[in-house]
Amino acid sequence: MDIYQKHGLDQKEKKMLLDCMKRDPSNTEIGIFSVMWSEHCSYKSSRYWLKQLHTSGEQVIQGPGENAGVIDIGDGQVIVFKMESHNHRSFIEPYQGAATGVGGIMRDIFTMGARPIALLNSIRFGDLYHPKTKYLLSGVVAGIGGYGNCVGIPTVSGETGFDSSYNGNNLVNAMCVGLGEKDKIFYSKASGVGNPVVYVGAKTGRDGIHGATMASGEFDDDSEKNRPTVQVGDPYAEKLLLEACLELMQKDAIISIQDMGAAGLTSSSVEMADKGQVGIELNLDMIPIRQNSLTAYEIMLSESQERMLMVLKPEKTAIAKKVFEKWGVDFAIVGKIIDTKNIRVRHNGNIEADIPIKYLTDSAPIYKRKVNRKPKFIEYKPKFFDKNIKDIILKVLKSPNICSKKWIWEQYDRTIMANTLSKSGYDAGIVRIGNTNKAISMSCDVNPRYCTVDAKIGATQAVSECWRNIIASGAKPLAITNCLNFGNPEKPEIMSDFVDTIKGITEASIKLDYPVVSGNVSLYNETNGSAIKNTPTIGGVGIIENIKFLENFGDPKIGDEILLIGKKGQHLACSTLEEVLQENTTGKPPEINLNLELNTGKTLLSLIQDNTLNACHDISDGGMIIAICEMLMRSKLGATIDISDQTIIEELFGEDQSRYIVAVSPSDKAKLLSRLKKNNVENHMIGKILKQELKINNNIIISDNELYEAYENTIPSIMNS
Amino acid sequence: MDVTIILFPGTNCDQDTANAISNHLDVVPNIISCKEKVIPKSDLIILPGGFSYGDYLRSGAIAAREPVMKDLIKKARDGVYVLGICNGFQILTEANLLPGTLLKNRSLKFISKAVGINILRNDTFFTSCFQKDQTVFIPVAHHDGNFFIEKDGLMKIEDNNQVAMRYSEPVNGSSNDIAGLYNESFNVLGLMPHPERAVDRRTGSDDGIIFFKSMMKYINN
Repeated sequence: MDIYQKHGLDQKEKKMLLDCMKRDPSNTEIGIFSVMWSEHCSYKSSRYWLKQLHTSGEQVIQGPGENAGVIDIGDGQVIVFKMESHNHRSFIEPYQGAATGVGGIMRDIFTMGARPIALLNSIRFGDLYHPKTKYLLSGVVAGIGGYGNCVGIPTVSGETGFDSSYNGNNLVNAMCVGLGEKDKIFYSKASGVGNPVVYVGAKTGRDGIHGATMASGEFDDDSEKNRPTVQVGDPYAEKLLLEACLELMQKDAIISIQDMGAAGLTSSSVEMADKGQVGIELNLDMIPIRQNSLTAYEIMLSESQERMLMVLKPEKTAIAKKVFEKWGVDFAIVGKIIDTKNIRVRHNGNIEADIPIKYLTDSAPIYKRKVNRKPKFIEYKPKFFDKNIKDIILKVLKSPNICSKKWIWEQYDRTIMANTLSKSGYDAGIVRIGNTNKAISMSCDVNPRYCTVDAKIGATQAVSECWRNIIASGAKPLAITNCLNFGNPEKPEIMSDFVDTIKGITEASIKLDYPVVSGNVSLYNETNGSAIKNTPTIGGVGIIENIKFLENFGDPKIGDEILLIGKKGQHLACSTLEEVLQENTTGKPPEINLNLELNTGKTLLSLIQDNTLNACHDISDGGMIIAICEMLMRSKLGATIDISDQTIIEELFGEDQSRYIVAVSPSDKAKLLSRLKKNNVENHMIGKILKQELKINNNIIISDNELYEAYENTIPSIMNS
Repeated sequence: MDVTIILFPGTNCDQDTANAISNHLDVVPNIISCKEKVIPKSDLIILPGGFSYGDYLRSGAIAAREPVMKDLIKKARDGVYVLGICNGFQILTEANLLPGTLLKNRSLKFISKAVGINILRNDTFFTSCFQKDQTVFIPVAHHDGNFFIEKDGLMKIEDNNQVAMRYSEPVNGSSNDIAGLYNESFNVLGLMPHPERAVDRRTGSDDGIIFFKSMMKYINN
């Protein structure tokens, strides 16, 4: 293996590099190329397709390409948000991998001048009963909590899934949402020849060297040897860095700012210079380091956490230094903007690297990888014969993907900042904006089962479900971020699923006016050649202009009528029911009619906001009965429902899309029905809210205890054993 | 009424506490750094929640040795009211202003939830607006909230009625479910629950306001 291969560069890429440089590059230069050309930094397999995403809209101030996306929420305020993966890292070292994922995404937000106000996450693990899952789940959850709780940002929503395809590659997708001012958004574009380049934050050590390259490869049985490439997080340092940066941002000193994430000092300096079409000279002798023996190569490639790079107005450096000293955060002038468009690195009197920026960015490989459009025809052949409805309901409630995730979210501080609304955490997390009556609603969604059988339908469904969850919380959906987690893109069938995913996301986001403003791609999620299920996680944000209606919305009341909004359930193919009752699901996931989705959602949102409805919950995994059970358990009530005996399985467990379950007071029912009729929204009377028990057709009775016991015990029984 | 909030590096509940004070005590609190040697004249000094010094070494241990603590200890001995919330409680035990210590939760996990809190006495500065034995709902969010004190010490604080409040069900392994504790002169209170996060029904509970009302009433009388 030659030095290029060791850096993850193949023969063709080696030749490209040598053609660019026209000389033998130094070790440091090879290192810089390798991280900048890695999948993680260059998006070389996905870039071509990502350009097709729908990224514009009246609400969009900044789409993909910056540290995070920015949307307008009126009153001079903006929401800055993004989701990012820390998959490979958190399989190798779950606590630190997950913790630094949270830390990294937070920095992406406050780099832009926004104070983080909420965290979300989407985490996926192998089979709950796989021997490694317990260790990974407890480490990841403790890591997410350990970081977010300490910095003091509430974790308000999320999702957790289990599937054997993640046995060798768990997923950690962390999302952060921040609040900023429209006229104080900070970007990464460097400018002004001679201006100082300033390093702030934690000292640089050897941790995380080549993390970006590691995160761009597959795993094998030896993947744990990569442990030293996982960085170690220090949320305390992050909290100080956050406060210092936000304070400096009030002082008109910063020209550009970028966090040092993957590929650390290398990618932050190269990206800043590239955006500004300038060069940067770094003097590594000035970098705050943890130990003296660090080489230029190590300093450039370290992924030590809690660091930022800034270009300052020269006359403001003294003020800036004072702010960072006050917070006890390192501050060092480490370079300057130069007029040749190069990244030039000096160390110990030598020039260790001098590379034209364009070779690292414009000349980076970009692959339009082979796609294989073999239609995946999967026939719907259900194998379950069990007709004991009560048993089936309890089995589905108990199943790892449906059961309560309380064991997880009780480890996340959800109440800090005192703005998390009590209606939060059901369909979406809801956080009030400071002392206003506005609130932001947020949700993360994807159904990997659907996405793997039919990537396009699955991606459309993920965007739609994320939209539906925001609607069900009473908010107007505004924009999304995503984390596209896939296997090896060099496999044509995976690449074609990736391409279909982009198409599905694009179709849905255009139709629902739900543009993509930021995101991240994680490929090579494979171990020993076996890939994860396609997992394009969608994170959405919506706005509630006035939270007043929430005082009378959220919980059904005894005597309320229960209505199904949308058609009666029919679609059992590829469903949770199949997943629970048989080894494999069969058939295709449910199709989505986006016009129907839009009309149903908009109608419901107005009915929620004018308090016609007492409660609303979206129907997703597990079908209508699971949505009803969740509503009852949350509000500690019961219900009686009537379903036709002939189609009871389909109606209870069908996963047809664009549907909601709602509760309405008898006195508001006429108003509800007339509005639904006016807008052509199909609906069906299902039953009534009672004080206790779930009664189906008067002959199936499930007590409250049976419901809670089935729902609450699955994860604790594994994790506390 | 003069209220001072002390900010340690890593404190993260200072703004929530300051908001609760200004909205419900009708005073704008003074926020000072723990590096100050003198605390300005105050009727009430608050050590808010957070992770001072990242909880490194032991939660509250490094903060308790900051310059401000010397004056805080003196003022507490002189009878100034001191409230430590969560990390503030941990700092107060580390500074020996309160007996006992806060160990890691029995589950060894962070616990974030709204819990029932029984207020044991309503004749102190901090609790005069509560009903006696009233149960209120206030969130907890901590990793090290498991109050421990050796047997004689426990007997002593129970006999002196220094226990301010108990969890209405076991939460973190605390001795006798202790959630809050007074010093012997009842001018220093340490709490694990976060009353500053329970000041609006829309966020789950406004029971925390009763604390702030109590302090207001006491001062006004």
